[in-house]
Amino acid sequence: MIEHSLQAMARSLADREISSVELTQLYLDRIVRHNSGLNAFITVDPAASLAQARAADERLARGEGGPLTGIPIAHKDIFCAKDWLTTCGSKMLSNFVSPYDAAVISRFGEAGAVMLGKTNMDEFAMGSSNETSFYGPVRNPWDGSCVPGGSSGGSAAAVAARLAPAATGTDTGGSIRQPAALCNLSGLKPTYGVVSRYGMIAFASSLDQAGPLGRSAADCAILLNVMAGFDDRDSTSLDRQREDYCRELAAPAGNKPLAGLTIGLPEEFFGEGCSAEVTRLVEAAIAEYRKLGAETVAIRLPSMGLAVAAYYVIAPAEASSNLARFDGVRYGHRAADYRDLTDMYCKSRAQGFGAEVKRRILIGTYVLSHGYYDAYYLQAQRVRRLIARDFAEAFRQCDVILGPTSPSTAFKLGEKAADPVQMYLSDIYTIAVNLAGLPAISIPCGFASGLPAGLQLIGNYFSEARLLHAAHRYQQENPWHLQHPDGFA
Amino acid sequence: MKPWEVVIGIETHAQLSTRAKIFSGSSTAFGAAPNLQANAVDIALPGVLPVLNKGAVECAIRFGLAVGAKIAERSIFARKNYFYPDLPKGYQISQYELPVVVGGSLAISVGEREKLISLTRAHLEEDAGKSLHEGAGQQLHGRSGIDLNRAGTPLLEIVSEPELRSAAEAVAYARTLHALLRWIGICDGNMQEGSFRCDANVSVRPIGQAQFGTRREIKNLNSFRFLQQAIEYEVQWQIATIEEGGRVEQATVLFDPDSGETRAMRSKEDAHDYRYFPDPDLLPLLIDRPWVEQIRSQMPELPLAKRDRLIADYGLSAYDANVLTTSLELADYYEATVAAAGKANAKTCANWVMVDLAARLNKEDREIGESPVAAEQLGALIARIGDGTISTNIGRKIFDALWNGEGSSPDEIIFRQGLQQISDSSSLEALLDELLAANPAMVAEFRAGKEKAFNALVGQAMKATRGKANPQRVSELLRKKLG
Repeated sequence: MIEHSLQAMARSLADREISSVELTQLYLDRIVRHNSGLNAFITVDPAASLAQARAADERLARGEGGPLTGIPIAHKDIFCAKDWLTTCGSKMLSNFVSPYDAAVISRFGEAGAVMLGKTNMDEFAMGSSNETSFYGPVRNPWDGSCVPGGSSGGSAAAVAARLAPAATGTDTGGSIRQPAALCNLSGLKPTYGVVSRYGMIAFASSLDQAGPLGRSAADCAILLNVMAGFDDRDSTSLDRQREDYCRELAAPAGNKPLAGLTIGLPEEFFGEGCSAEVTRLVEAAIAEYRKLGAETVAIRLPSMGLAVAAYYVIAPAEASSNLARFDGVRYGHRAADYRDLTDMYCKSRAQGFGAEVKRRILIGTYVLSHGYYDAYYLQAQRVRRLIARDFAEAFRQCDVILGPTSPSTAFKLGEKAADPVQMYLSDIYTIAVNLAGLPAISIPCGFASGLPAGLQLIGNYFSEARLLHAAHRYQQENPWHLQHPDGFA
Repeated sequence: MKPWEVVIGIETHAQLSTRAKIFSGSSTAFGAAPNLQANAVDIALPGVLPVLNKGAVECAIRFGLAVGAKIAERSIFARKNYFYPDLPKGYQISQYELPVVVGGSLAISVGEREKLISLTRAHLEEDAGKSLHEGAGQQLHGRSGIDLNRAGTPLLEIVSEPELRSAAEAVAYARTLHALLRWIGICDGNMQEGSFRCDANVSVRPIGQAQFGTRREIKNLNSFRFLQQAIEYEVQWQIATIEEGGRVEQATVLFDPDSGETRAMRSKEDAHDYRYFPDPDLLPLLIDRPWVEQIRSQMPELPLAKRDRLIADYGLSAYDANVLTTSLELADYYEATVAAAGKANAKTCANWVMVDLAARLNKEDREIGESPVAAEQLGALIARIGDGTISTNIGRKIFDALWNGEGSSPDEIIFRQGLQQISDSSSLEALLDELLAANPAMVAEFRAGKEKAFNALVGQAMKATRGKANPQRVSELLRKKLG
């Protein structure tokens, strides 16, 4: 059952081969068995999950089930969920039980999905290895001495070890795609504005976007169908016609299913900075795409070299302001002893935030300060426009852009923890996509020394269905995604 | 002593009369128990997002149109970052570089003199909550409390150019602005509840000097009297400081109404760096022409235009027209009165509204909107005085009756109580003949040249008719008979 696709699982539930309670219990048991080694979950609440499962079973019994009814889903602990501890991986929120549901949580709830638990993450989504979590690092199921990537590392490890059929994540600079690549998963970052940010704890508001982490592109399409949609509580949510992201997946394949698709290969993604083994695997995947009928064309994204620098101005700037509400006044951690108001602020925040969060608050505060704003923040916004223009230019020549997701396979725990710049560079291929607000998917493309590697497909705005189709056709012929780590029986 | 020139610019925070807050659906009603009108967005729970209330934007557009300003097609909400317990997000959403209203002007009168004050800008922002401290009826057991009911209430911050030259001009500006905001229906103007608060930037310079002196900003003045007192104190303090060889340092000051003095709160050195940047949670505010035109079509006639029209159409004096246009309610009441009384009685209507009605309202501490006598009733009454049906004195009695709810219309009261003025010659002549026959002595006195006797006879006639005789007709007929 745990290797069933979401579609197959839904069929088993609809046919009453298995109940949602049984399915949920199956995963809860697996969490009990395997989570202590992985540390993928921060919170599980079996009673709450099973109550939802029972409700789903009633719905299924009435024949009213949808594609996700009764299926347990793990949620990144960045989404507020009513009556659930919602920590965002931080000591600051270690006592915060949310009184309301995020839009993403509500949508899964309406679809009848079962909330399986809250997954570990880098603190406030700031990290690429899941090592900044107050709740400790997550281990990569493919090699316990390696990181799973971040910041959605708990979600990725949970799905990779089959502790959950699928999970949600958020992606501000690669936080869905990079862990997907490092854990042999499919992970989609939608176009900015497609999924409501309401109730998703903000890191960098203009970059944050929620998306699915699944075992296949087809699973991601089913999840995105539930997650996407206009929400008038989020002013940056886009009010557009709903679409069925699965619609292209069922089309008859034929011999050249991707004939007519032009894939752009940016030279900036294939030079120095990417490990030889990842480059080799991605190049092999390009050959597979040609076999599927796609054409390839060399393109350039000249401003790409500026993306990481611009990102590390804009994201911390927004974060420094977004995290100001965590002041110990109304909720969250408050220092036990303090002399006066300023002392309470200083101590509560000094105790409540970890080192990486403090580093980014400091950077963000600095770049917004009087006298530095123009040189840093405004300059970074200019770079952001250049990057968006590069992509617009590229999409005149191709339909999708292909490259590696991450420059390497999973690195060792602690390997980059002491060097923030090295850590920041692990998002070198994903960050520009967030700056431009584009959709992109990472899918497995093989293994190097037993560790998975991912390739990234970037599309134009609202081309999620096309990306999912291009990923799905590849997965039909190159089933790397079906491989799963040993040791999680 | 050198002659000094005073330079004042005013920043006004006006709470906008929208039902909901500017970025959340909570109520803005005043006076609820602490934190009952604060929802997830207002208390800044993790993950919540602001959504702009279009009603607040409409208020800003109305203001812009009323002062002849430019309505920006595109304006930006920014974050003003600072920590304070009554600021739940750690930043205030405000407009900074690109405000919604740019320029415009306000005409003020100081005595007989009129002056046009330029406005710099007006921008939308959210109000903060309130910190509650021990005392003032609070039982907080040595701690401070936070009430977030006010957090997120929409504010329009209106900034004048430094063109005011005295405390009197500053007060005239504030009063005119206050009246205008109420006139166009965007602010209830309740200063006790904090709906209208002024900050005054005050500096002095030797007359003839082009450069401004160093200014100090007096914060949070919530009455016209305090505005006047604070500026007067501040001006004399600045002049005294300079004349004694000192220097005015740029500072933010508070006015203490008890001592009547201003006191420095913080200097320029500890001024905050607010780290403004565009709020990524909100899209640029786009206002298209059709929206502006639609609001323009719903705007009431503005005070100055109405004043000029009252003078031109009804022949009122400038003084009367000014008084009648102090509020839209009063002006509307007056015009409705004229509509019922007829344009020929416009001047009489002005007197009734400004004197009789105003005195009665004042006595009972009522607003014009609470008058028991409707404009239509008053107009009908004035029409009956105008056409001679009743005398002015009977009119006052009917007005009292209407005020006390003793009838629905003046005509009904006149008819029911038989108060019609007696003007027809035949009834009056018969009455006068009886009167003359009964008072030969008075007739003799009159004939002997005593005018007083004539008045006494008129009085007798009025008394005999319980005031209903038309005094003018009585005089005419009496003179004829005695002639």
